[in-house]
Amino acid sequence: MNAATSDSPRIGVYVCHCGSNIAHMVDVEEVRAWAEETLKGEGVVVARDYKFMCSSLGQELIQKDIRELGLNRIVVAACSPHLHEKTFRAACEKAGLNGYLCELVSIREHASWVHTDKAAATEKSKMIVAGGVKRVRYDEPLDPLRVPIHKRTLVVGGGIAGIQTALEIANAGYPVYLVEREASIGGHMAQFDKTFPTLDCAACILTPKMVDAGEHPNITLLTWSEVTRVEGSLGNFQVTIRKKARHVVEDLCTGCGICTEKCPKKVLDTVFEAGLGYRKAIYTPFPQSVPKYPVIDVENCTYFVKGKCKACQIFCPTGAIDFEQEDEETTVEVGNIILATGFQTFDPRRIPQYGYGRLANVFTSLEFERMSNAAGPTGGEIVLRDGKTKPQSVAIVHCVGSRDRRYNNYCSVICCMQSLKFAHLVKERTGAEVYNFYIDMRTAYKGYDEFYQRVLSEGVNLVRGKVAEITDAARLPGEEGKLIVQVEDTLAGRQRRIPVDMVILSVGLEPRKDAYETAKLFGISCSANGWYTEKHPKLDPVATMTEGIFIAGACQGPKDIPTSVAQGAAAAARVLGHIQAGEMSMEPIRASVDEARCSGCRICNGLCPFNAISFHDDRRVTEINPALCQGCGTCVAACPAGAISGTGFSDAQVMAQIEGLLWDVRV
Amino acid sequence: MSKPKFAMYWGASCGGCDIAVLNIHEKILEVDETFEIVLWPVAVDAKYADVEALPDGAITLTLFNGGIRNEENEHMARLLRRKSQILVAFGSCATEGCVPALANLYPRETLFETIYAGPSTENPEDRRPLERAAVPEGELHLPKFYPTLRTLDQVVEVDYIIPGCPPESRQIAAVLDVVFAALRGEAELPPKGSVLGAGISTVCEECPRKRDVKKIRSFRRIQDGPVDPEICLLEQGILCAGPATRDGCGALCPLAGAACIGCYGPSEGVADYGARLMSAVASVIDSRDPEEIERILDGIPDPAGAFYRFNLAGSLLRRGRWTMDGRR
Repeated sequence: MNAATSDSPRIGVYVCHCGSNIAHMVDVEEVRAWAEETLKGEGVVVARDYKFMCSSLGQELIQKDIRELGLNRIVVAACSPHLHEKTFRAACEKAGLNGYLCELVSIREHASWVHTDKAAATEKSKMIVAGGVKRVRYDEPLDPLRVPIHKRTLVVGGGIAGIQTALEIANAGYPVYLVEREASIGGHMAQFDKTFPTLDCAACILTPKMVDAGEHPNITLLTWSEVTRVEGSLGNFQVTIRKKARHVVEDLCTGCGICTEKCPKKVLDTVFEAGLGYRKAIYTPFPQSVPKYPVIDVENCTYFVKGKCKACQIFCPTGAIDFEQEDEETTVEVGNIILATGFQTFDPRRIPQYGYGRLANVFTSLEFERMSNAAGPTGGEIVLRDGKTKPQSVAIVHCVGSRDRRYNNYCSVICCMQSLKFAHLVKERTGAEVYNFYIDMRTAYKGYDEFYQRVLSEGVNLVRGKVAEITDAARLPGEEGKLIVQVEDTLAGRQRRIPVDMVILSVGLEPRKDAYETAKLFGISCSANGWYTEKHPKLDPVATMTEGIFIAGACQGPKDIPTSVAQGAAAAARVLGHIQAGEMSMEPIRASVDEARCSGCRICNGLCPFNAISFHDDRRVTEINPALCQGCGTCVAACPAGAISGTGFSDAQVMAQIEGLLWDVRV
Repeated sequence: MSKPKFAMYWGASCGGCDIAVLNIHEKILEVDETFEIVLWPVAVDAKYADVEALPDGAITLTLFNGGIRNEENEHMARLLRRKSQILVAFGSCATEGCVPALANLYPRETLFETIYAGPSTENPEDRRPLERAAVPEGELHLPKFYPTLRTLDQVVEVDYIIPGCPPESRQIAAVLDVVFAALRGEAELPPKGSVLGAGISTVCEECPRKRDVKKIRSFRRIQDGPVDPEICLLEQGILCAGPATRDGCGALCPLAGAACIGCYGPSEGVADYGARLMSAVASVIDSRDPEEIERILDGIPDPAGAFYRFNLAGSLLRRGRWTMDGRR
């Protein structure tokens, strides 16, 4: 018998009904009886079943047996360890048994929920229990690691979610680094005119927060900056941030705007103005930008392109222009990181039949936001691409790129409300006939459906049906010179062709194109669509599987402003909890190298996502820094010598579990 | 006083292990001096019946090389186990199946087809071996050919393991020295189940080549172009099994500029050599593009042969999967 099992295991098996969640598809009593009888030889002393093992009565059952029967190993067959591993470990600890001598095996997610044949699901549950019993014999008592928490926090992304998060933490008295890729914080919200359903002005509610963030003594604003490297783990991350050269010395610049005014070079603004307006080569994205310092767009600046001009430098009253400025890298130490990197909009050129980019008067929702914004390129006038003609009729197409297997199968959440907002604004400002084309109207949440009713009462035409095509090829009288929207009206039950002057495509939300790289940089995971994965979809929506890294806002999935703000605050609360606790306990799951068996082949050296592996050239052995190791197991699997083992996931444990799972096919 | 008895036997093997034992030079005289050799088909004349006549446990040391391919191999394994105090699985075939075990990828009928009807065989009457055949002189018997080659320890209990294809002669000599000393009462035998004549790490431990963080963008073979004499072969894209293979040979092949092919088997405590080597190699392929990864992996012409050349019978897989009608 292996040394790890020599303390003669006395194992208790506890099979949970989970109400009817498990019991409806697994014969729980049969599993219990089988385990007690068949697994006797494996050290099972007692097996019980109970309606809700996670309830206090269920936990007491285990604790009583530990005390009275002298159990030294526990197997609970219930839900996923994600849900209740901590619960049962804590229950064992209270009865004096090390929590890591308890295995939670899932007969809910792995059996009852995924099968329809009760007899087979029951047999499978027995095997799952056998796997747990075989494995638990090799479990060793472990102690959680305690790590001190650095008081500083990094927030990545200066949209509304990131701003909210930074302000919450800063207001609580702790320092925050707020990193933003663009020249100003504000994000997408700064581009909007009105916000649904209350129609309050986006700038009016956002800019005070931007100013607060910019002036807050606890917030270090790093705009025009990107994170390039992340090392360390919960409590102590070392983050390298590249400050791109602004070519404007922030200490000297007063933000007077003379440079922008004097700059002779006009550049199409494809970021803030969504391609609808122009900016200068030295610019701030918008007048209320925070910080106020402009940046030079070196790709378009006449001096950088042709070597002469320097108008900005000549006119700058404080000598703040520095053409020689270079990118700077700084490394900061933080205890926690919150990612609020937002979204990008769907590119409707991918749906050629909608004509965007080909038919001048087809606009995207972001273009319309800028157009309707009083500070935007048309001064808030809703006009056709020619810049002057008011439309007589406007079509608004919902779900562009969303809820469509060819593009994104998910609902982008905000488009219905955004489209209704557009309908209202068009109606209000132009009196045009408005047609909204929708698949299903989704107006959940407070005040949303009321807004829908209001827009209906304003005389907007709502057509239920997915638009097939937008074309300028007139077929019928009255279509000449118009854009024709071809649609199946599923309520009227017929095909319709509706001629309009202007089409607005309510484009869906997508993860940023570099979301995957960013996730990798920070060591978190993405869903198949590319949205960042939360620790639990319902109960832990702002945490990630990587301790100390949180997510907020649309980077986790499409969401509206109120939800983004709530998530920003929630993530801040989680971080503040860490900071105030001073130290946190971490799972003691770590990889370690047996130096006698390590041959120094260096296979593992480039693999660690947490940079915990280092190589000692003198002794020709690899070492793993337990403070950096997150226990992911990558190096354990890769080590060809089997010299690396993971605590809690030793070969003996894993092989024993597999042997148990294959109980019924033993030869 | 009679001398302790020694036996060496071959199952499914090439005979190289026997030669490696003879290759210990003058120490072979010490073997002869210390032991009475009761069975060693390659070196001395003895009959199975002589062994069968011995009392159980009469043989002090038996070195068994070769895998268990047929009924005769199994019979001798069981017989020698019964008669021996110390039974050693000697060499790669006995410990992990070695090259003969690659036949486990195919059903018996396919093997016979290849061997008795293949282009290298002249067999005009298309004969196949029969377990029983009537001839004018009576009935002839051939041992039953099993569908799967097994390692010695999959058939009988084994006391020690000496890996290698074949084990290095200096390592054999060193093990024999321990045995001689133990017989004189001057040393203790290592704990039962130990791997003897080898290290506990891998070939890289003994390989002097310079190594760095590995990033493989393509695989090549040594005949494809010049091989840098200083740098790790794997870093040059040559599929060297050194990182996964137990040390003990002195890194002979990498020193000669040829890839380690893995004959010393898995390192201490590794359950599946091929899986270890595969996951190690896969983890250092330097691409994230599935198609490019596919292209890089295509540079390994025979993955089963490359990763399980010596270890198929001893691996978790043991053999290929085929249906009753012989399809893999």
